[in-house]
Amino acid sequence: MKAPEKEIQQAISDPRLQLAIYTSTGRFIEGRAGVVSAEALPDYQALRNEANAIKKYTIENLDYYLEQLESNVMAHGGHVVYCRTGQEAADFVLDLAKKRGVHMLVKSKSMTSEEIHFNERLEAHQLEAVETDLGEYILQLAHQRPSHIIAPALHLNRYDVADVFTKELGVEKEVVIEKQTKIARGVLRRKFLEAGIGVSGANFLIADSGAIVVVENEGNARLSTSIPKIHIAIAGIEKVIPRAQDLAVFLNLLGRSATGQPLTVYTSFLSGPRRENEIDGPDEFYLLLLDNGRTKLLADPEKRQSLYCIRCGACLNHCPVYRKIGGHNYPWVYSGPIGAIITPQFHGVNQDTWLPFASSLCGACAEVCPVKIDIPKLLLKLRAEVAEVKRKEDSDSLERLAFQLFAWIATHPRIYLLLASLGSIFFPLVPRVGPLKKWASQRTLPEPAKQSFHQWWKSRVSQPKGGQ
Amino acid sequence: MTAREQIFGDIRKALKRAVGQPQLFEAPNRSARELPALTLRIPQSDRNLYADLFVRKLGNLGGKSFRVRDTSAVVPAITELLAQKSAVASNSPFLRKCGVTGLAQVQAGFTEREQLTEACAAADIGITSVDYALAATGTFVMLSSPQEARLVSLLPPVHIAIFPRSRILANLDELLSILPRPADQTSSMVLITGPSRTADIEQILVRGVHGPGEVYAVIVEEE
Repeated sequence: MKAPEKEIQQAISDPRLQLAIYTSTGRFIEGRAGVVSAEALPDYQALRNEANAIKKYTIENLDYYLEQLESNVMAHGGHVVYCRTGQEAADFVLDLAKKRGVHMLVKSKSMTSEEIHFNERLEAHQLEAVETDLGEYILQLAHQRPSHIIAPALHLNRYDVADVFTKELGVEKEVVIEKQTKIARGVLRRKFLEAGIGVSGANFLIADSGAIVVVENEGNARLSTSIPKIHIAIAGIEKVIPRAQDLAVFLNLLGRSATGQPLTVYTSFLSGPRRENEIDGPDEFYLLLLDNGRTKLLADPEKRQSLYCIRCGACLNHCPVYRKIGGHNYPWVYSGPIGAIITPQFHGVNQDTWLPFASSLCGACAEVCPVKIDIPKLLLKLRAEVAEVKRKEDSDSLERLAFQLFAWIATHPRIYLLLASLGSIFFPLVPRVGPLKKWASQRTLPEPAKQSFHQWWKSRVSQPKGGQ
Repeated sequence: MTAREQIFGDIRKALKRAVGQPQLFEAPNRSARELPALTLRIPQSDRNLYADLFVRKLGNLGGKSFRVRDTSAVVPAITELLAQKSAVASNSPFLRKCGVTGLAQVQAGFTEREQLTEACAAADIGITSVDYALAATGTFVMLSSPQEARLVSLLPPVHIAIFPRSRILANLDELLSILPRPADQTSSMVLITGPSRTADIEQILVRGVHGPGEVYAVIVEEE
């Protein structure tokens, strides 16, 4: 597919959206800078190196750590369910809900569930799935998808939210953010208390403990995993890390990189259902381990580093392209630089071929990535793969012909010089139409120099060297 | 082929494992570098300063701390907070020692989930102790147990945590050095760092979206 140029133009020329993206990402940038500085966190670079090394090692031994995780989850009375696809994950949940007579479930924010269109799949079978993160809840009511990994409703302002609440909840128009939050709290509190199943994602899976770790600020993930009698966690297989103690590295990086918090408000470390003498907590625990294309990313030793991502969103916030076009113009739920490298790998480089090119290769993403994924390098690699696909498809034969012609001209000096001198005379007269017009719409066309390099060189060598 | 078999097969193929090697549960790939050694960063500063740091860090997040000399001073310190309010207390023996569970407006002693949930959903305040606190971040560390249920610190709009100063550790790294595998003890360890918050609308900070919007620490100097 081609880039959605019309939508991108719309986004760029929408001052409200531009302001929303710019302020939000700007706040994230500022927040992060304050807590990763040499003064605030002297070991920041060392932590990044450690995080990268742990992820690299774990991904290279993924089979081993998954099995360790599985056996430890079972040892704590939990169940592990492997899912090749989103459909398999949804089918499992639907089946369990049917067996337990559950008609409604609450969900905390999970990009993995967004990735597999979890809610839609359940609702097609009359199982209501209620998003409980404030941003996700607003989007669910508005029938929109997240535009940012950690600030899903970043593209909406308080007036948009007021309209959504009035339309979908039938409440009086309310534009004060505190009061909007209260409205959502009230509606969702009842849902938490009624839901038969709570679904969460997982930021980390801890192999040596059979545990999942969920970080959040609102408390909705704690409620989703503590009140309902059944807790289902959905996570990609790449989320596993070997030891609980590795959290000292990852938790020190995740909140800082995401929102500028040394630790998020709640970090839940959960393993299995409640123990025998514990008063509350779920009676059943299921960990759904999702492939959905992840094993495809493993084969290439260089590209598999895409699986190190801990979904902090820092690369989005710092990306000049994301900050202009926003999240919705990326073809998949993962937007920004990380989206640009994982989408083609999940969906195939022949899809959305424009994506690896939607970058100025400025390198900001790599600089802020807490696990040191070399995103620009992978973008280049994917560009090469796209070019290879295109060459094979031979779809752009005009471009090929043009380059062949240029190659011939450039290797025949006399003809080159003749055309160059003609060019400098006639080029300014060429009408700006067709591809040239399009190219020039975003750029300034260079004027040909008055003197060619060859002419300049000749005049230089013919002059005597003295006099300096 | 089951999903499990296929996923493991695909992983092993992608990682170029020889057929049947390594066997399931065999040690990790020896040809790769070793699992990086852990570095836990625990500052070697004066323990007496941890409480000061904790109070400051929690304060930065919008939480408030009271420091009292001994257990007998706890109830007077929170009387104002509890005035005209209903509260649920956890089963922590330390709360009993402080005399909190004996207060008229405090319900305590829940052992059944349904009753506890109902009480917490209706209460204005939840009172707990903590297993540890982290000075560097102003964090409460709570392990679910018969003494501490999950919901007391979660459902009521106000959370008061009462604990001896000796429970304050330097940071997350020290916690993980003491509890290298928290799952051995509990199904749930939660780190609570300040009041519940959101910034999902226009990045404007709002406290108390789902969890408590007000958080208080009562630090008891002598147990």
